[in-house]
Amino acid sequence: MMATPALDRKQQAAVDAAQVAVQSRGYWVTVAGRIRDDKVTIACGVMLLLIIFSAVFADLVALADPYKASMLKRLAPIGADGYPLGADEMGRDMLTRLLYGGRLSLFMGISPIVFALAIGGTLGLVAGFLGGRVNMAIMRVMDIFYAFPSVLLAVAISGALGAGIGNAIVSLTLVFIPPITRVTESVTTQVRALDYVEAARASGAGSFTIIRVHVLSNVLGPVFIYATSLISVSIILASGLSFLGLGTEPPEPEWGLMLNTLRQSIYVNPWVAALPGVMIFLTSLTFNLLSDGLRSAMDVRL
Amino acid sequence: MLDYIIRRVLYVIPIGLGVTVLVFALVHMSPGDPLSAVVPPDAPEEMVQDLRKAYGFDKPLPIQYVSWLGRVVTGDLGVSVARGREVVEELRIAVPNTFILAAGGTLLGFTLGAIFGGIAGYFQGRWIDKLATAIAITGVSVPHYWLGLVLVIIFSVEMNILPSIGMGPGGSTAWAWDAEHMRHLVLPVITLSVIPMGLITRTVRATVAEILNQEFVQALHAKGLFQRQVLAHIVRNAAPTTLAVMGLQLGYLLGGSILVETVFQWPGTGSLLNSAIFERDLPLLQGTILVLAMFFVLLNLMVDILQSAIDPRMSRR
Repeated sequence: MMATPALDRKQQAAVDAAQVAVQSRGYWVTVAGRIRDDKVTIACGVMLLLIIFSAVFADLVALADPYKASMLKRLAPIGADGYPLGADEMGRDMLTRLLYGGRLSLFMGISPIVFALAIGGTLGLVAGFLGGRVNMAIMRVMDIFYAFPSVLLAVAISGALGAGIGNAIVSLTLVFIPPITRVTESVTTQVRALDYVEAARASGAGSFTIIRVHVLSNVLGPVFIYATSLISVSIILASGLSFLGLGTEPPEPEWGLMLNTLRQSIYVNPWVAALPGVMIFLTSLTFNLLSDGLRSAMDVRL
Repeated sequence: MLDYIIRRVLYVIPIGLGVTVLVFALVHMSPGDPLSAVVPPDAPEEMVQDLRKAYGFDKPLPIQYVSWLGRVVTGDLGVSVARGREVVEELRIAVPNTFILAAGGTLLGFTLGAIFGGIAGYFQGRWIDKLATAIAITGVSVPHYWLGLVLVIIFSVEMNILPSIGMGPGGSTAWAWDAEHMRHLVLPVITLSVIPMGLITRTVRATVAEILNQEFVQALHAKGLFQRQVLAHIVRNAAPTTLAVMGLQLGYLLGGSILVETVFQWPGTGSLLNSAIFERDLPLLQGTILVLAMFFVLLNLMVDILQSAIDPRMSRR
């Protein structure tokens, strides 16, 4: 080691900042490297892009009209002429409806998580950062929502509000606000107790600045990972509500609703009836695996 | 620890009250007239007003809440609008049926999950761990109502060896321990067990793996204990976490069996909820949600107390 002349305070600060910058770039490089080595996560990412792409661009990908019924082709088997995955109980092309169905199913599954992340994340951040009475008030209200099993809460709210896509999204958002609030609160409370937050406060930073600069960046990662792990449950529940007749209404193509209407036909053409569930399963599985992969790549422990 | 238990028991009171407020609010924010299920649309206005008064729907909401709460506390959940029977009577038939389903699902899921998770955690990183992990993630990702449908297709439609709907012969709604009822139980229980199976496998795997990394396991080996004795220590240390997950799962299945009950037309609380929603039967809806939520609250309480009995560190939080 070569002896270095003592640095003055400003230089020292610059060096420290540079080190932090190197470290933080190092972190994302590490994460990217880990993801690159993880074949399962890559495969899931590709799969998910395919599912989303084929739903969004269903107009271009699908060959038939998702609403065009045909009495002659009712419940045509898989592989029938012109109907690669058969036809449903109204004689509509299954493959086309499965592709179009992804639009509503994905939208109804993902949007509640986005809303719940915005609302629950804010509540949890406020509760965790302010502590005291505010924390008490917010977290005790969440405890009440926790007194309901999630499926029951979703069905109860949807049932009270009535069928419809908007109502289903509202009820699922309410289901996912409490868990996201709880996780955000506990992460925020941990971060708030760290020394550097204390240092920022001592150097005169206001609450807002501390939250924005010091707390948010450390809270966002774990909470985001947690929220992605909820997407698969949300997709299953959203389709489940439609399956009960509480979400989408016919004739819209949506996987849960298709499963419901085809249920009557399982003695005529059982495997066509099972197809929409395969899509729900695949989507939820990919989201789960992807979330697990991201979690271990980002080294987040919840 | 007694101190903790008392505090925990007392905490049930505000939570329980909160639950009643939420259930009441839920039902009263639903659009439409609560009487629309009983009153024909061409009924004279006078009759509607009389009925409104009889049901107490003419009073302001806070007063309705208090008088409703007063009746609930004495065990009166009102009369089902669509069926004309006491809600409590309906629940007395439905709750045991749901409980049988939920308990069966939890038991099967727990047994499989504990075995898979234990093996996976013990042989971490080997092929058998990967297999168990794959089964677990499938279990938590599969839409269980669809799995029920697939099981019906395989075992009822294609092979014709198990019944596809109902709880027993001739639309039975009372459980009996005979072969016919057991045959009806097989498919719904398997369907319900996959989610707890997946979750418990993951929990047990993580817990066992974490315990194996602790120093006391090495110390036990160093002390010269047999593998079997070391395993006993691991099981005891993994028990509290596993128990908590299992207790919560039983609660989730009690409240969450509605989808599976719909698939199998099982005469439980899920079917009650379903018909209450579509017949706009508000007293039945209110009563069923309330009872299920209260079960869940009490179950949580029991899990917390049991956990603190097994692991004293829990009560010092």
